[in-house]
Amino acid sequence: MMRIWVLMFVMAIPGLVAAQEARPLAENPQAEARLRALAVELRCLVCQNQTLADSNAPLAEDLRREVREMIAKNMSDQEIIDFLVERYGDFVLYRPPLRATTTLLWIGPFLLLAIAGTALVLAVRRRQNTLPEVIVSEADHQRVEQLLSDGAKRP
Amino acid sequence: MIPEIGQFALILALCVAAVQGTVPIYGAASGNASLMAVAKPAARGQFLLVLIAFCCLGYAFAQKDFSVLYVAANANSKLPLHYRLAAIWGAHEGSLLLWTFILTLWMMAVTLFSKHLPEAMRARILGVMGLVSLGFLLFMLTVSNPFERLIPAAPDGRDLNPLLQDPGMVMHPPMLYMGYVGFSVAFAFAIAALLGGNLDAAWARWSRPWTTVAWCFLTVGIALGSGWAYYELGWGGWWFWDPVENASFMPWLAGTALIHSLAVTDKRGGFKVWTVLLAILAFSLSLLGTFLVRSGVLTSVHAFATDPKRGLFILVFLAIVIGGSLLLYAWRAPRVGLGGGFDLVSREAMLLANNVLLVVAMGSVLLGTLYPLFLDALGLGKISVGPPYFDTVFVPLMTPAIFLMGIGPLAQWKKASVPSLAMQLRWAFGASVVTALLLPFVLGKWTPLLSLGLLLALWIVTTAVINVRERLTHLEGAGLLSRLASVPRSYWGMILAHCGIAVFIVGVTMVKGFEVEQDLRMNVGESATIGGYTFQFDGAKDFVGPNYIAARGTFRVTKDGREVTIMYPEKRRYMVQSQTMTEAAIDSGLLRDLYVSLGEPLDAGAWSVRLYHKPFIDWIWGGCLIMALGGVLAITDRRYRLAWRREQEAAPAVSQPVGAPIV
Repeated sequence: MMRIWVLMFVMAIPGLVAAQEARPLAENPQAEARLRALAVELRCLVCQNQTLADSNAPLAEDLRREVREMIAKNMSDQEIIDFLVERYGDFVLYRPPLRATTTLLWIGPFLLLAIAGTALVLAVRRRQNTLPEVIVSEADHQRVEQLLSDGAKRP
Repeated sequence: MIPEIGQFALILALCVAAVQGTVPIYGAASGNASLMAVAKPAARGQFLLVLIAFCCLGYAFAQKDFSVLYVAANANSKLPLHYRLAAIWGAHEGSLLLWTFILTLWMMAVTLFSKHLPEAMRARILGVMGLVSLGFLLFMLTVSNPFERLIPAAPDGRDLNPLLQDPGMVMHPPMLYMGYVGFSVAFAFAIAALLGGNLDAAWARWSRPWTTVAWCFLTVGIALGSGWAYYELGWGGWWFWDPVENASFMPWLAGTALIHSLAVTDKRGGFKVWTVLLAILAFSLSLLGTFLVRSGVLTSVHAFATDPKRGLFILVFLAIVIGGSLLLYAWRAPRVGLGGGFDLVSREAMLLANNVLLVVAMGSVLLGTLYPLFLDALGLGKISVGPPYFDTVFVPLMTPAIFLMGIGPLAQWKKASVPSLAMQLRWAFGASVVTALLLPFVLGKWTPLLSLGLLLALWIVTTAVINVRERLTHLEGAGLLSRLASVPRSYWGMILAHCGIAVFIVGVTMVKGFEVEQDLRMNVGESATIGGYTFQFDGAKDFVGPNYIAARGTFRVTKDGREVTIMYPEKRRYMVQSQTMTEAAIDSGLLRDLYVSLGEPLDAGAWSVRLYHKPFIDWIWGGCLIMALGGVLAITDRRYRLAWRREQEAAPAVSQPVGAPIV
């Protein structure tokens, strides 16, 4: 029966005006959207470096199915994540959770910014206080211009 | 025989590098002109020798010489010639050879374009580059020899990783390495200046074009890599904050900071100490990037332990180069002196603030990239640091940087007035904010990030327009054309590169905000509509490629009943490594890409299919190209064609500072 349908479609292709709409791969689009939102922050455990959403590896497919089942069981996102972390460890999360070992990771950039910003302001202030007012004089500028135009004349 | 010639050429190159790295530097220190004169022929000789080695490896690949271990591991008799040649840099050993070859290429360029440089300076620059080359040649000859024989020879090779069998492989690594290694010139300049103790404005002017050229190559190289990932990996992403990507992005951030810092050193004589530090940083990160990608440490910390000789060499080499240059810096930098003082509100201060933001951003990328490695090495657990982390950290750091990017070029040197800046920019700011708030509604969806992205892009463009107008009104000259002609090219380069960032941001924002994706089960003849385009699946057929078999799908795409294009996504199976690859079909356009990738075959000719509609995605790479074009425009400025003159060297250097030695 299926075969006949396929055949009919193939034959109908050239003059086809309104083809039949393809079905989404997933049976439940809402659950699939939730799965996707979760999966982009989860790591495919066997891939080099891919999210669960992007990976085509068989193991990723299995894990996606498991998450789908958990969604069907009405588990919340947090419950699903907790379950996965318990089973696979923090490695499965692309957004590392804040723990004692990851504190530096999360505050590091902003700490760095604070230190660098302070150093910048202090350095600029100190320069203002220690350096003489005028360093490059008008005569200097003219001399540079002179040198530049001399140089430009040379091939 | 040929591989042995290659090996021998490398050994000779090592000897030449040893001479080049010592004699001219000693000559410069002792003022011996004949010792300094060794640098130029040594550099050229080294270039020739490494070129020979490179050609020998290429020949081995072309001739399918599977008695060479590296060839047997990375090629196959069925692999087409162009990919066999690209396979030279397909793995660790050959990449190092490419790296060294490009280093000697840059050396050669320095010998060609340094006629007007003082002899001692040139000797030191080439000497430092020779030392870097010495390290790489030693590394290759001791633990990563590309010419190692395999006896008895393999009947056939293991083939190149199918992911790498792509035109991207031909272009991306050489471009990227041109960028990486190009920073070695800026690095050598900085070290030479530290050794010689003279860091004047002329020094900055001379190193500027070299740095800009390297930066252009790196920009294009990264963009090529990103574009390659986009069409090759089959899931439509363009940047994943993968450690390998980060490894190339870190030198780019440092290099961008360096370009801006050099501008201040050139024009105002300031920031010298900082410029030197950035030059060291940019090159150190290039080295780190090369080794991170090539040592296998990223796949697993334990890859390091399985081959401890390589790992140890890398660590020692990095320690010597980075540690040595930082020690030299700590010792000599205080003598370099500072430039003029400036106010907290001035163009200098804004450029410095931007530098700080770029370096902090670079530091964050470094932290995120290395943190999981350190945790793992210390036995504190395995974690993954991915896009959610980097997005969270990066956006708050880049937003103020881009805000400053609009103001900086308009601010005056030394001391700028806040009220007058506010007056100049009030329209740009108002127009950007209002448009950024309202435009998303017109486009059909509002999110804070969408508005922020558009705001930043609009801010860059509007401030650039104000800047150009301001510049033109202050110029003398009768007509608009003559005034336009009198604006230096480096200025247009700056404006263009900044607008490139705006184009890039528009691309990123629009793709993130409006991308549509559908996972479908498509029977033959069925169709699906996304983004106004209707995709009709006409089935998939088997066909045979040179070293793979494939299923090729046919999709007819129509819009409003009119045919737009026919797309042929493929699913390939490469025979030798029996690896499956998804070759997505992409229809590119100025305002959108259509992207089709085949999933798995289902029953009765049906396939699982992923369809994407990606608005403005090509703007991402277009923006990068515009940035690089800005760089190219800048280096054609006449100020760089200015001949270096010996008289100038004798005269007291321009804007030589007299400030106290404070770091």
